[in-house]
Amino acid sequence: MAAGTHYLPGLTPTNEPSVQKSDDAAGFYELGEKLVDEKAPTGPIEERWTTRKFENRLVNPANRRKLDIIIVGTGLAGGAAAATLGEAGYNVKSFCYQDSPRRAHSIAAQGGINAAKNYKEDGDSTYRLFYDTVKGGDYRARESNVYRLAEQSANIIDQCVAQGVPFAREYGGLLDNRSFGGVQVSRTFYARGQTGQQLLLGAYQAMERQVAAGTVEAFTRHEMLELIVVDGKARGIVARDMVTGAIETHLADVVVLASGGYGNVFYLSTNAMGSNVTAAWRAHRKGAYMANPCYTQIHPTCIPVTGSHQSKLTLMSESLRNDGRIWVPKKVEDCEKDPREIPEADRDFFLERIYPSFGNLVPRDIASRAAKYMCDEGRGVGPEIEELQPDGTTKKVRRGVYLDLTDAINRLGKEAVEEKYDNLLDMYERITGESPYELPMRIYPAVHYVMGGLWVDYELQSNIPGLFVTGEANFSDHGANRLGASALMQGLADGYFVLPNTIRDYLADGPFEKVAEDHPAVVEALASVTERVDKFMSIQGTRSVESYHKELGSIMWEYCGMDRREEGLKTAIAKIRALREDFWTNVKVLGSADNINQDLEKAGRVADFLELGELMCIDALNRRESCGGHFRGESQTEDGEALRHDDEFAYVAAWEWGGDSNDGGQPVLHKEDLIYTAIEMKQRSYK
Amino acid sequence: MAVSGLLFIGFVAGHMYGNLKAFSGEEKFNDYAHHLRELGEPMLPYEGFLWIMRVGLIVALVVHVACAIALWKRAATARPVKYAVKKNTGSTLSSRTMRWGGLTILVFIVWHLLNFTIVKINPSNGETGDPDHSPYGLLVETFDLWWMTLIYLVAMLALGFHLHHGTFSSLQTLGLTNSATSRARARTAGWVVAIVIAGGFSLVPLSVLVGIIEK
Amino acid sequence: MKLTLKIWRQENPTATGAIHTYELDGVAKDMSFLEMLDLLNEQLVLTGEEPVAFDSDCREGICGMCSLMINGEAHGPEVTTTCQLHMRSFNDGDTITIEPWRAEPFPVLKDLVVDRSAFDRIIQAGGYISANTGSAPEANSVPAPRDKAMRAFNVATCIGCGACVAACPNGSASLFMGAKITHLGELPQGQPERWSRVVDMVGQHDHEGFGGCTNIGECASACPKEIPLDVISQLNKDLRTAMKNGL
Repeated sequence: MAAGTHYLPGLTPTNEPSVQKSDDAAGFYELGEKLVDEKAPTGPIEERWTTRKFENRLVNPANRRKLDIIIVGTGLAGGAAAATLGEAGYNVKSFCYQDSPRRAHSIAAQGGINAAKNYKEDGDSTYRLFYDTVKGGDYRARESNVYRLAEQSANIIDQCVAQGVPFAREYGGLLDNRSFGGVQVSRTFYARGQTGQQLLLGAYQAMERQVAAGTVEAFTRHEMLELIVVDGKARGIVARDMVTGAIETHLADVVVLASGGYGNVFYLSTNAMGSNVTAAWRAHRKGAYMANPCYTQIHPTCIPVTGSHQSKLTLMSESLRNDGRIWVPKKVEDCEKDPREIPEADRDFFLERIYPSFGNLVPRDIASRAAKYMCDEGRGVGPEIEELQPDGTTKKVRRGVYLDLTDAINRLGKEAVEEKYDNLLDMYERITGESPYELPMRIYPAVHYVMGGLWVDYELQSNIPGLFVTGEANFSDHGANRLGASALMQGLADGYFVLPNTIRDYLADGPFEKVAEDHPAVVEALASVTERVDKFMSIQGTRSVESYHKELGSIMWEYCGMDRREEGLKTAIAKIRALREDFWTNVKVLGSADNINQDLEKAGRVADFLELGELMCIDALNRRESCGGHFRGESQTEDGEALRHDDEFAYVAAWEWGGDSNDGGQPVLHKEDLIYTAIEMKQRSYK
Repeated sequence: MAVSGLLFIGFVAGHMYGNLKAFSGEEKFNDYAHHLRELGEPMLPYEGFLWIMRVGLIVALVVHVACAIALWKRAATARPVKYAVKKNTGSTLSSRTMRWGGLTILVFIVWHLLNFTIVKINPSNGETGDPDHSPYGLLVETFDLWWMTLIYLVAMLALGFHLHHGTFSSLQTLGLTNSATSRARARTAGWVVAIVIAGGFSLVPLSVLVGIIEK
Repeated sequence: MKLTLKIWRQENPTATGAIHTYELDGVAKDMSFLEMLDLLNEQLVLTGEEPVAFDSDCREGICGMCSLMINGEAHGPEVTTTCQLHMRSFNDGDTITIEPWRAEPFPVLKDLVVDRSAFDRIIQAGGYISANTGSAPEANSVPAPRDKAMRAFNVATCIGCGACVAACPNGSASLFMGAKITHLGELPQGQPERWSRVVDMVGQHDHEGFGGCTNIGECASACPKEIPLDVISQLNKDLRTAMKNGL
């Protein structure tokens, strides 16, 4: 118990620190020292954040305008932080690669945002939201962070309503809620199927107001390509002006990364085309730890791939599972048939069959995996897609299962279904050319969100002092799996309420000595970016950047997707290494570096994905347990359920960059024990 | 633009109504023309009302044209490079021809004033000044010529187009079409105003041409 | 499908552009319009020609990054964004002309990419509600009538893509502005700044060099989010009230 008490003096831990026995990733990594969150709070859980806010030092308003803050990314986490820190009077520089801050990918979130308001008087509370989030994350998140998130959730709704976010309302003019993602309380606030858009526009408008006030300077079409670390502290970034090609240094007192998730490492995902890991990965290479990179959320209800031309996947809100029945034909030979001609008796409603009590509403990872297995068996539906097999060969597979609204249409009437899902079903028809009113919809899982990200302490500061990480870019709050409608909550909690209260403690030591543009660390960072750009332009090989990305994606999806196994992960690592080597000698980037060059932009992102992908596989290989979004085939119950090993893996895996493996480097693993005092670990069951 | 436009709508409606007096015969029509000059007496001097109206119309015209020129100029600078291919999918022909229609009407007004108000050119014999002092006579002799009727009909077509969009547009600019219903109503108003006014105006020349109205 | 593509190519903001013609084979009906361009670009790279630059990001019709004038229609023949337009809307053998948005305040940066930062500046002028973080009252303390909240939501769906400007024969951004003015003006929280908002936004709009609105309606028909023309009427009404109030 000694280690446990070390973290939380005066509290009674409910678990022991884990001791890892297996070592699947031996030879691929080095074990480093254990990691301790020095900023972890103590005391009763409900008082931790309040106490911390009080204890954190204040910055004199007169000093704030002398302090420069760089924020990379303008989504919910970055936009909200820019607005709030600008309002407070700091000097903020905001960067995004899009042409406007309003386009950040938070905009695409459909479902809603959770908040423990308990407006329905249905037994919700801060503690229940905390409990659901920790449980949903399969006990792989820090309890203090999650409790703080649940505490802030109610303030977020207040803030957004005050900004004019048009949430759904009841006839009396009060806010409406719905239950979401299998949760038994109604705590999800929503703006039809466009909640992310409305929340983002609220943050964007608040930020633009600060741009007008002169406290925030917005750099659009700018991509961060390097972190500047001076004397061990983050002091700026190197960014490329994507219009003129100019490579610029931007210096500051503190750097915040709110650059989103890296789901595009899979090539096909529900992320935006431009979503990338570069900002985070450059910071990782400069020493920031990458935590739990293998935790990937795969969303069960996306529109299936139609062919090799596919550039992205589109999510269909999970709420469809409330009314739709999911099935595949019982017989392989029926898979080509018009589904309307397959009699009820020949349909396999597999989720209802395997999970009789939860049926079609089982959690995302379970529903996703079940669909995969059906298709692996050859009972998938829809067009046949050429696919990489575990042994490296390719095979034609149908990747899709039916989500059938027929029963709901018969029960509720077409109009009611239309009203409930109107734009969603239209979108489906537009993309597939098939009407969900006539034919069952086809769905298949797709990568949607990553719970992993840069390691941060309780104050959202990475292990590099002065580098803060918020939103999806950090690893902190969702554990191994994220609940529906919680991503928006976390982004805004970090941006509006958490970061502004933690960053001030760091800035209270300032104003810091200005860094000169000719400081060796600045010159080195600038030179490394220029060199890298020149390298991309000079290779002039034979393969397009896009083709490398596609190949990496298929490797990741096949071996590091919904069902990960030791052998496959090792194969993947070897394949990625070979692909990366080939990339650096054979990629072809045309045009010039001194104006818009989308292939050049993409080359940098793919180069970083090629390194990240390997680390994800190593992390997945090391974690020989199944938890949340990470499923290891070797770790399942007799019924095929995910099996956690709390005794071995109740830790955060924080990886330190150890050099490119093609040059003999190996990542270094630092484990941060997860100790619970306010909640007890339980194995979940949905049977 | 919207306000001056609405003034014009009021004017052309009254003007059209007056023109229809031609159907009541020569005496009534001339009486009406004369009455316009005495309107408002003795509070106003002879032709007082007419001059107030003329000044009002001239001011409205200056405002209307100035606005049109400003908008035209802004539109031209807002899109210096034209599309190689451009389709129109959501607009009426009338809305896209406001500027050319407006110009046509302007040119027409010049002739119309020469024809009936300022010089009183009788196109059938080239005489000026309306020697008989009979507006009715000038009217009939003008529209007995098929090509004069044609010119007037073309002008009325342009006016109808202009009113069709102009009525809706002025209501929209004044902020009176804030819902789908009120917008639909404004659209209908555009049709009604265009058909009634342009149609009403056209009746007289047509009737002269086919001989319903004669000396 | 085999297509003939006529695409505007322009090296940089100051260069003179021209329409180039490409033949593209192997286009599938299920491809999105942008995936068709991806296919073209893949082939261009292999033949050593620089790929066509165009904007796109979310590719699910919500971020507003994609643009393109397709055969003279903003976002092409369907009521949706270019990224959600699929090739089944076209036929084998078609010729498709693809141009960038054309407006003085939207300068072309390269090929089909334009700069829409003028929209950000219009928002900066007043397209927000001033509510500092932490100052918000309890969310349910101010009820908002459901019909007004619905209208606010319907127009708040604007994605800021600029199709309205591209389609407008006058090059006006009134629909974009009207959508924001109506959204914020319908909510109780938006009242304190309602009149200054419209005056400041319209002032910025004109300053940017957008054209004036003559209520033609091409904007509403091009809008992928079907923002109705009545937001422009609302803008005008608010502007009139603001002027009456002496702003």
